[in-house]
Amino acid sequence: MQTFFKEEQLHVPDFKRSNEILRACVHCGFCTATCPTYQVLGDELDSPRGRIYLIKDMLEQGRTPDAATVKHIDRCLSCLACMTTCPSGVHYMHLVDHARAYIEENYKRPLSDRFLRFVLAAILPYPMRFRLAMFAAKLSRPILRRFPDARIRAMADMVPKTIPPVSRNDDAQSFASKGVRKKRVALMTGCAQKALNTDINDATIRLLTRLGCEVVVAEGQGCCGALTHHMGKTDQSHKFAQTNLSVWGKEIHSKGLDAIIINTSGCGTTIKDYGHMFRDTNLAEDAKTVSARAMDITEFLMTLDVPESQTKSIKVAYHAACSLQHGQQVKTHPKTLLKAFGFDVVEPQDAHLCCGSAGTYNLLQPEISTALKERKVKTLMATKPDVIAAGNIGCMMQIGSAAEVPVVHTVELLDWATGGPVPAAVSHCGWSKIQ
Amino acid sequence: MQMPSPDTAVLINKEHILARLRAVLPADCVIDDERETKAYECDALSAYRCPPLAVVLPRTTEEVAAVLKTCYDLSVPVVPRGSGTSLAGGALPTEDSVILGVSRLNAVLETDYDNRFIRVQTGRTNLSVSGAVEENGFFYAPDPSSQLACAIAGNIAMNSGGAHCLKYGVTSNNLMGVRMVSMEGEILDIGGAHLDAEGLDLLGVICGSEGQFGVVTEATLRILHKPEGARPVLIGFDSNEVAGACVSDIIKAGVLPVAIEFMDRPCIRATDDFSGAGYPDCEALLIIEVEGSDDEIKEQLDKITKIARTHNPVELREAGSAEEAARIWLGRKSAFGAMGQLNDYMCLDGTIPVTELPYVLRRIGEMSREFGLDVGNVFHAGDGNMHPLILYNANKPGDLETCEAFGAEILKLCVEVGGCLTGEHGVGIEKRDLMDFQFNAEDLEAQMRIKDVFDPKWLLNPAKVFPLKHTEDRRKNRVQFAAHAAE
Repeated sequence: MQTFFKEEQLHVPDFKRSNEILRACVHCGFCTATCPTYQVLGDELDSPRGRIYLIKDMLEQGRTPDAATVKHIDRCLSCLACMTTCPSGVHYMHLVDHARAYIEENYKRPLSDRFLRFVLAAILPYPMRFRLAMFAAKLSRPILRRFPDARIRAMADMVPKTIPPVSRNDDAQSFASKGVRKKRVALMTGCAQKALNTDINDATIRLLTRLGCEVVVAEGQGCCGALTHHMGKTDQSHKFAQTNLSVWGKEIHSKGLDAIIINTSGCGTTIKDYGHMFRDTNLAEDAKTVSARAMDITEFLMTLDVPESQTKSIKVAYHAACSLQHGQQVKTHPKTLLKAFGFDVVEPQDAHLCCGSAGTYNLLQPEISTALKERKVKTLMATKPDVIAAGNIGCMMQIGSAAEVPVVHTVELLDWATGGPVPAAVSHCGWSKIQ
Repeated sequence: MQMPSPDTAVLINKEHILARLRAVLPADCVIDDERETKAYECDALSAYRCPPLAVVLPRTTEEVAAVLKTCYDLSVPVVPRGSGTSLAGGALPTEDSVILGVSRLNAVLETDYDNRFIRVQTGRTNLSVSGAVEENGFFYAPDPSSQLACAIAGNIAMNSGGAHCLKYGVTSNNLMGVRMVSMEGEILDIGGAHLDAEGLDLLGVICGSEGQFGVVTEATLRILHKPEGARPVLIGFDSNEVAGACVSDIIKAGVLPVAIEFMDRPCIRATDDFSGAGYPDCEALLIIEVEGSDDEIKEQLDKITKIARTHNPVELREAGSAEEAARIWLGRKSAFGAMGQLNDYMCLDGTIPVTELPYVLRRIGEMSREFGLDVGNVFHAGDGNMHPLILYNANKPGDLETCEAFGAEILKLCVEVGGCLTGEHGVGIEKRDLMDFQFNAEDLEAQMRIKDVFDPKWLLNPAKVFPLKHTEDRRKNRVQFAAHAAE
């Protein structure tokens, strides 16, 4: 498409990048077809093509964002299904990231919005604060559920029935491999994930060490920055990322790392983008190195020799997290592994559509999020599964709040199939320990 | 592109018009914020743009009828819009028009496998019609390359085709009935779940009428049993002309594959990366698909390869698996978008007799050098439906004008060799002024009289299809209607 940026705007790196992205778009409209919010709302303004147009106008004019533009950008899940669909290679993720940062900088949101966003950014990336907040929310749930603001009610509903105790496995340390060490990897332990569910990291560590990897939980690592990055709070997200760059950089330069393992795919998409985020800074090289080593757990497992497993006649409905299938284009590995480990794998209709979790989206846009959740759970349950597996904690919480079968992380099933304990979520299903 | 000046009476009357529209529609169905209407200023022909007065997105046929009646009463022009994927500017607004989008009308209303039809609302996308019946082994045949996103409403308006239309025909051959709303707001049913419509062939008049006669909200479509099997074969040649000659020979020999698609080097390169199809390294590529039982496939492929070998192909390869076949088609169907990685483009859509392919392809190559703009060719060769993509730089002053002039010459060439201006994209805005080249004034007058019947005030999809000089009187009349309505 033709663009109308002023010469001086194009000297600013973010604008230069956005111009490149917009010039690649031919406005063909393919992206509308796979956009979840367009499926629900049916207005092009709530589709990638409409948002691209709104962003284009806002950035070209360099104007103060208006409420309508902000509304439609806020409604974007950042599921990136559009990037999978786009034949022109439009990098929507970098464009919408730029738009969000621009909005955060130049738009004054209503007080309640600002407050909510501040609270989320100040709590979610910090596991201790998040735990405390969940306990508080649990106690005050009856009151919170009467709030007129649907977003507050969504937050109250999000708190799980049981909040797990802290897992000491998430402390900084190194887990030796069982048998000969084949690889040395760092595990990204996440932020919100370890407050909500400690089984995932435990299972990941067991599985990796069993397969001959030394697993390092590096001292000082924290949130990957995705949660704040998607709110346009780039100062905060870059700070988080910078900490991780230095922590993993130290490991890479001292004992070496074959990979940085991520089992929360939302984080994976962002860590793989560190190279872009820091492209014009003195951390560019470090960021590139870290991004190049970042791997989803299933991507990494595919590089190992995994043992054959016997068939288990357990039907697993695999839910593809958007950050995995679209953000990282990891589509087949989880299914390939589950099948290789003896599970009967099925997929729901419209597997490309988001479940509506999308980081903080389910808290900030509860109505659209709920509509997407209902669709997703309906299509998943139509496959009549014994269990649902996903590779992202956000999806697990979202789908788990409505599905009639247990929801586990893919890695928990893989751990169990190779001799680990029965996943906690299915402990009542009568599955036995596999030797 | 010249557009008539907007009707000031309508512009002045904007607030009243919006109030009337809001009175008949739920609040979230009317968009008039200028930031928001701007996103509706063009379709997939983004070189031409104009924000509309307002956008309405009704959810039912009755709401569509209410909108049209309101606009009729107030003499406000209406631009119907499906998914906005037109490459001819079929959904380009004017400043004084209301965009009537049918995207929210996307339900499946009825499926009847015994009688082989499906009834859908027309905002539904083409591919999702097949999606709704595929579990039962059926499909909807017309398959425009934009089938993932394009709406049945737009398919009917433009009488869209697609790769597989060589065997199955275009939209009009697969459309059995419509529910249409007239500009006056009257709901009409034409045709139905039977082979031929009663009385005059009004369905034939509606299909391909480019939103000039009414807004189709429901369609009864023919669905077909999926073939037992299908296999594409890739045949690479070292020149466009030779590939064109091969197509002509295949058709002459009486073989009817389900699709014969053509891509030249720029398109092959652009689509291969995205699709991973592994297209051969050659100047021109034919994708020929045959279908049926294994024996039928083998027999047809034998005939085709025998003909192809007389043209010395540089490569000849059958798809080895269903996955490979899917990648081959993904690449072909994404070609237009993928060409966007190279530059901006304008996609043309002319039809010629198949025997003229070698000549026309050679002339396009020569003209490309004369005009100094590159061309990519990707099209439905079996039907002689050309899609030259002229590459230009939208940010470079003067490039669009050169591109337009070049495009006009190509389309004139199509007419000269015995073809016509459009195959499946419609005339829209893009080819409006070339209609004079294909038709004389009397022919055009005859066509406009049909519009007079359906749309006496000339409010539907204004400034399209008919060259402006022929519509001047009728447009003046409309302005008087509007002035009267404003009073």
